[in-house]
Amino acid sequence: MTPLSFEWIWNIEYIIFFGLLYTALTIVGACVGIAVFKTVLQVFGFVRDRHF
Amino acid sequence: MDTPLIPEGAKRCSFGLFLLWLLPWLAILAWGGLAAGLCLIKGLNQTNMSNIFAFAVWIIFDLGVIALGAGAFFTGFLTYVIGKKELKNIINAAVIIGFICYSGATAMLGIDIGQPIRGWFIFWHANIHSMLVEVSFCITCYLGVLIVEFVPIILENRKLDEVKELHVFGHNLHHVMGVIAATGTFLSFFHQGSLGGMFGVLYGRPFAAREGFYIWPWTFFLFVLSAIAAGPCFTILCTKLTEKLSRKKLVPDNAYQLLAKISGWMLTLYMILKIADTFGWIYGVAPRAGLKFMDFYREGPYGVWMVVAEIFICGIIPAIILMSPKLRQQQRWLISACLLNCTGVILNRFAFIIVTLAIPVMPFDRFWSYLPTWQEWGVGLAVIAYGFVVFSLAYRYLPVFPKENELNPVPE
Repeated sequence: MTPLSFEWIWNIEYIIFFGLLYTALTIVGACVGIAVFKTVLQVFGFVRDRHF
Repeated sequence: MDTPLIPEGAKRCSFGLFLLWLLPWLAILAWGGLAAGLCLIKGLNQTNMSNIFAFAVWIIFDLGVIALGAGAFFTGFLTYVIGKKELKNIINAAVIIGFICYSGATAMLGIDIGQPIRGWFIFWHANIHSMLVEVSFCITCYLGVLIVEFVPIILENRKLDEVKELHVFGHNLHHVMGVIAATGTFLSFFHQGSLGGMFGVLYGRPFAAREGFYIWPWTFFLFVLSAIAAGPCFTILCTKLTEKLSRKKLVPDNAYQLLAKISGWMLTLYMILKIADTFGWIYGVAPRAGLKFMDFYREGPYGVWMVVAEIFICGIIPAIILMSPKLRQQQRWLISACLLNCTGVILNRFAFIIVTLAIPVMPFDRFWSYLPTWQEWGVGLAVIAYGFVVFSLAYRYLPVFPKENELNPVPE
């Protein structure tokens, strides 16, 4: 459910419940995204990593 | 045959012997697959679930494995957030066990809801006032977190590690693991709690109903505590079983001791609160519902022995053993305490699921009995078999225990 869904109600319960859910999903997604982004940069030689 | 896939320097049994070991587990998985297929094609009439027992043996397995799988989030929290370096030697095993428990539970729930094709309804048309919605959200999100935590371990496989891109990706995932572990802790805390909260708000069932703090009944906090007390013990048990079967030392003793000590503290705290909760229930909740303590145990096989077994035998005794450095340093005491602790949490979940539904509530009500069908047993046992298969494959092909080679030097 998103704020665009017809069942959505703009009250504090919905905002807290879905706010926390989407925050958690964003954090996990961002972490994986950062790992992928750094990998692409390192593999194509834009960033040097001391690990190699 | 599969030697190039086996971690460097590690000794494993022959491929044939490994297949022989997997055979019984694969047979149970086939039984579970058949049972699941029947339930999906013919419906839940293949089970003995009813309007009375809407929660049955699958939910016992579910709540049991989810509580035992809490070792993953709690060990991750201790390792990455608190910074307990000793636990880095056991964290991979904890993550794999957690992944097995959560993926198994989610798969079983897919059968349990009867129409898995509509499973997404709970996410899209969420009733945010339902504890079960919070449980569903957090379990599936946390399974995602566990997958992200498991991927770097898979990428450390000898052959996969040779691929530069995968090696770099695994390395970069390790860098963000602290944040992912912290998010996993948040998600796991809330679904463990909401599973307990779900029983606590059953006001029409005084056996399970509890008062509490704000919107959370006391069972919310008790379920979290019991899971973080039992989860690390289950991780210790699985690792000790792997050591026994492989005849190797895989984890240094300081990691076991630290995990056992923390588990002991958590179990002690849980026991204090559980005893207080039990008295509050006997002298508060039950009388207000017009019942006495013994009214709950008038009929059927469940009696006061369950309370004694759960609190004293599977609670206070393992707490004493785990708290005592002298006792927990002896392998037999450590294993006995871990076994009792894990049995206690399963007994607790069984009481909240089955006894709550079986015992009469109204004066004209009767005791309801329930026995699972072979299909229900098949799906439930398949989760255990799945666990054995996945953990065996992980142990054989992945460097699950970083100190394995150091603890088992090959003689020159």
